[in-house]
Amino acid sequence: MKISEQWLREWLDTELDAAALADRLTSLGLEVDSVEPLGAGLDQVVVGRVLEVLPHPNADRLSLCRVDAGTGAPLQIVCGAPNVEAERSYPVALVGATLPGGLEIRGTEIRDVRSEGMLCSAVELGLTDDADGLLELTDESPPGTAITDALGLDDVIIDVDLTPNRADCFSMLGVARDLSAGLGIDLKLPRTLPVLPVMDETFPIDVTAPDACPRFAGRVIRDLDASANSPTWLKERLRRAGLRPIQAIVDVTNYVMLEYGQPMHAYDLERLNGRVDARLARAGERVDLLDGRNVELDDDVLVIADDTGPVAMAGVMGGAASAVDKHTTHVFLESAFFAPAAVAGRARRYGMHTDASMRFERGVDPAHQGRAVERATALLLEIAGGRPGPLLEVVNETYLPAHGSVALRRARLAQLLGVDIPDQVVSDILRGLDMRVETTDVGWAVSAPPSRFDIALEVDLIEEVARVFGYDQIPEQTGAMPGSLPSVTESAVSLSRARAVLVDAGYQEAVTWSFVDAELDRRFAGGRDALALANPIASHLAVMRQSLWPGLCQAAAYNLARQQERVLLFESGVRFIQQNNELLEENMIAGLATGPRLPEQWDAPATSADLFDIKCVIESLAGLSGDPESFEFRAAKHPALRPGRSAEVLRFGRRIGNFGELHPTLAKALDLPAAPLLFELLAGPLLAAVPPRYRPVSRFPAVRRDLAVVVGQDVPAGELLTAIRLEVGTRLAELRVFDVYTGEKVETGSKSVALGLILQDTSRTLTDAEVEGIMHGVVGCLAREFNAAIRE
Amino acid sequence: MNAVTELQTRALAAIEASENLQSLDDLRVRYLGKKGEITAQLKSLGSMEPEQRKAFGQAVNAARDALNQAIAARRSLLESQALENRLLSEKVDVSLPGRGEQRGGLHPVTMAMERAIGIFTKLGFDVATGPEVEDDHYNFEALNFPPHHPARAMHDTFYFGDGRLLRTHTSPVQIRVMEISKPPYRIIAPGKVFRSDSDQTHTPMFHQVEGLLVGEGVSMADLKGVLHTFVNAFFERSLAMRFRPSYFPFTEPSAEVDIGWEKGDGSEPGWLEILGCGMVHPNVLRGCDVDPEKYTGYAFGMGIERLAMLRYGVTDLRQFFENDLEFLRQFH
Repeated sequence: MKISEQWLREWLDTELDAAALADRLTSLGLEVDSVEPLGAGLDQVVVGRVLEVLPHPNADRLSLCRVDAGTGAPLQIVCGAPNVEAERSYPVALVGATLPGGLEIRGTEIRDVRSEGMLCSAVELGLTDDADGLLELTDESPPGTAITDALGLDDVIIDVDLTPNRADCFSMLGVARDLSAGLGIDLKLPRTLPVLPVMDETFPIDVTAPDACPRFAGRVIRDLDASANSPTWLKERLRRAGLRPIQAIVDVTNYVMLEYGQPMHAYDLERLNGRVDARLARAGERVDLLDGRNVELDDDVLVIADDTGPVAMAGVMGGAASAVDKHTTHVFLESAFFAPAAVAGRARRYGMHTDASMRFERGVDPAHQGRAVERATALLLEIAGGRPGPLLEVVNETYLPAHGSVALRRARLAQLLGVDIPDQVVSDILRGLDMRVETTDVGWAVSAPPSRFDIALEVDLIEEVARVFGYDQIPEQTGAMPGSLPSVTESAVSLSRARAVLVDAGYQEAVTWSFVDAELDRRFAGGRDALALANPIASHLAVMRQSLWPGLCQAAAYNLARQQERVLLFESGVRFIQQNNELLEENMIAGLATGPRLPEQWDAPATSADLFDIKCVIESLAGLSGDPESFEFRAAKHPALRPGRSAEVLRFGRRIGNFGELHPTLAKALDLPAAPLLFELLAGPLLAAVPPRYRPVSRFPAVRRDLAVVVGQDVPAGELLTAIRLEVGTRLAELRVFDVYTGEKVETGSKSVALGLILQDTSRTLTDAEVEGIMHGVVGCLAREFNAAIRE
Repeated sequence: MNAVTELQTRALAAIEASENLQSLDDLRVRYLGKKGEITAQLKSLGSMEPEQRKAFGQAVNAARDALNQAIAARRSLLESQALENRLLSEKVDVSLPGRGEQRGGLHPVTMAMERAIGIFTKLGFDVATGPEVEDDHYNFEALNFPPHHPARAMHDTFYFGDGRLLRTHTSPVQIRVMEISKPPYRIIAPGKVFRSDSDQTHTPMFHQVEGLLVGEGVSMADLKGVLHTFVNAFFERSLAMRFRPSYFPFTEPSAEVDIGWEKGDGSEPGWLEILGCGMVHPNVLRGCDVDPEKYTGYAFGMGIERLAMLRYGVTDLRQFFENDLEFLRQFH
């Protein structure tokens, strides 16, 4: 909502400057977005009267004007605007002027003809964002008058960003009223006296949908002067509010909307058939709208119809068939209260957002319709003459918003705000907001004006008092907090610890979109469909991810394409799995590694990272739990991973994730030069932890025995380790795999696994015989279970 | 006698001049060895007169002790020189980089989030979470958004077409906490939120921290106090703060909070909006079976990216989600 400071000052008598007024508006909750002085940079723009318009000798679309700009001899100005006419006045930018857009005016030749200045449109003067043609000056300011004087441009535009609850402030009246309360000064409203009808003519108003249209006011006005122009002051006010002046009748209805917040509509009386009826559309009915579109109406859309069908989408936009134009002399004015629920969402459904719909959706003052008609009539008569009929009004009180009184308790006010406000201040604030206030035993009984839709509860009044009193007057209280200790648990490792493990392992944390490309996601999920958005922001962000891998792979591709050769990324976040009509939001920790195992350095071989590099990271994460034995790694297929190089991670026998190398076909599809290594683990089960349990530290020496066993190529080393652990039991302090060999020295189809066993007892030194016994058991067990042979 | 003195002087000079352990040892043998010159002098004692022998013996013994001492001192010096030389010859270039992995880093959103969580946890808030796929009830209705209210349209919601939606704020967690437990409440809810908006200053996904404190006698003064405490702690300096009336359906009175912020370009500090807050609306409490007459409370919500941008000087919001390593590596 753009507010003209000049206009505001007509209603409020205050010494404060524009900046101070803006600050006060903001502190009242009417947030000021910008404060822009109008007319800056226009000091060399004056009123110019075009004396003569001749065709340009060298250009069809240009004309040659002789302009009296009050500078002595008439100026010769080349002009490209189609609407330039002799005997009319326009703004002239004189040579030397620099216009608000930065355009410098110089004496120049345009197509070999001298041009000494420029005739301007409203856009060039920085008054509006668009305009067709030159800004015609209708008032009789003599040539040479500074344009700032002619148009009253010593004004400041305060742009207020309104919150949706403050429907009442979509008007000068509402903003000025709030400000008057905030400043503690009176509001000087313009007087609107009822217009005396000079004829009896009425027009039939039916209201078939009284719940949607509880009040409909109107009036017939005949014999308006179709050629009448809106006066400059009115056009300027529209322009400064961001509206385009069109023609007098429309300008007047728009002006009343700005002034009172009541959208109005003017119909060409000659084009209305029989009557107007506020009713719901019949499904399939169509209407031609003012914006040139023909739309099909749903049966919950409120329309104004005449005997031939809908003539307007009520509260949203008028129809083309009954619209006023520059020939209109007889009008029917409409000023209705459409219930917010009957209008809400309709404009958006049809892709529209109009000044009217915005106001009706939030709620206009339900008591103001007649007054708006009176105001519009008075202005029209002043500008275009005409003969008004009587004010017409159809009211269904039942459906008008009820406005009872609301109790405000003194104690509650003080408790909720944490500050005591004197009674007199409270009642002054509320009265300043046009509320009726009566004192009661415990506080006040308050009735809000009908325009204040947002006042229904005590807390609504508390907010009113608080914002006018000033949030800055509420003290800051610290200290006393209701006591209770936030839970501190050791049964789970914090996500921060897990992140720290990954960061220390060289991984950089990423945050990728939670929505991904549907096809890519499906390939990672083995064909399972994802939860799809109905209104995605882009087609490649259309479904909720079923894995963090697609996002990480894309981030890797992005970086690899930008001269990064080594990418280690991790992410923690939710994946969305649909299972048996249920949506599981699973918190995952996922990672990706591609490129050399280590950053390039002077004393390490440049080998590529492989599966065991990420497995080490997973083992570190598992170690956080304090219970690494509960984890198990098992070869397993995964649709996104390369067969033979993919595994699953189990904890307590339950699968908690996968790791491996990306399937080469997916790597290719993602434009990845090499298949990255990936892991993805359920954060919950991964991070479930046990507090450490103390075990006695052995004071007796440990013994190391090495063993190389030859087993079949397919025997997983992990199973050998498990078998040895079971066989030896608590005396096995540590078990290492220190070499794996395949080659000439073992039989084809076999491999040699070199194991280091560190044996120790907590109560005594193991004897040679005991150690030999243990090793004998191990060898026997491996031979039995894996057909293992000892390699000499 | 003179011969012994002369011998000692000559020997000491030779020891002093010796340059390595080998030549020193040769000198030891030459003077003090079994066939050494001093040893020979001692052997000559037997053939002397008793009174002459005593004096001569003392002189030779003194010379021997002096030589022994000199050799030990010289050896110690030569040894330490030799060690020093060896160590110097084995020196490494300490300016070479260390070996092994280079640490990665946390995402700046995580850093800011953890920082916010840490501060609120110290202030006694517990962390609560909720689902990212929500429904109309939790995201809007229970938060006192009337149906068809323009405030809903302002949220640019992502829908799934079956009533479910992506939460547009972390406020639904307030409702989930209040529905399953009894007051007092003192929680923060960090997490991802989604809005169907994408331009220079909006991303379709971002992060918020929600706060909710409900108890007996909680007032707006408490809200102002806790937020100013938080902001000063987060930015590690004393910042001016402004509470402006605003509108959120689930709080009343509602406020937007600005901090006085210096852009660092020498211009005057301006107000910069960082969060929204207010007193929990009685309709919200009542909807969760909390008696608004007995309990009052406050709620607040802030955008983490915003805090991260201010804290770390990031100027383009969209960089947070490009995952460009050149950007990410600036954070630790």
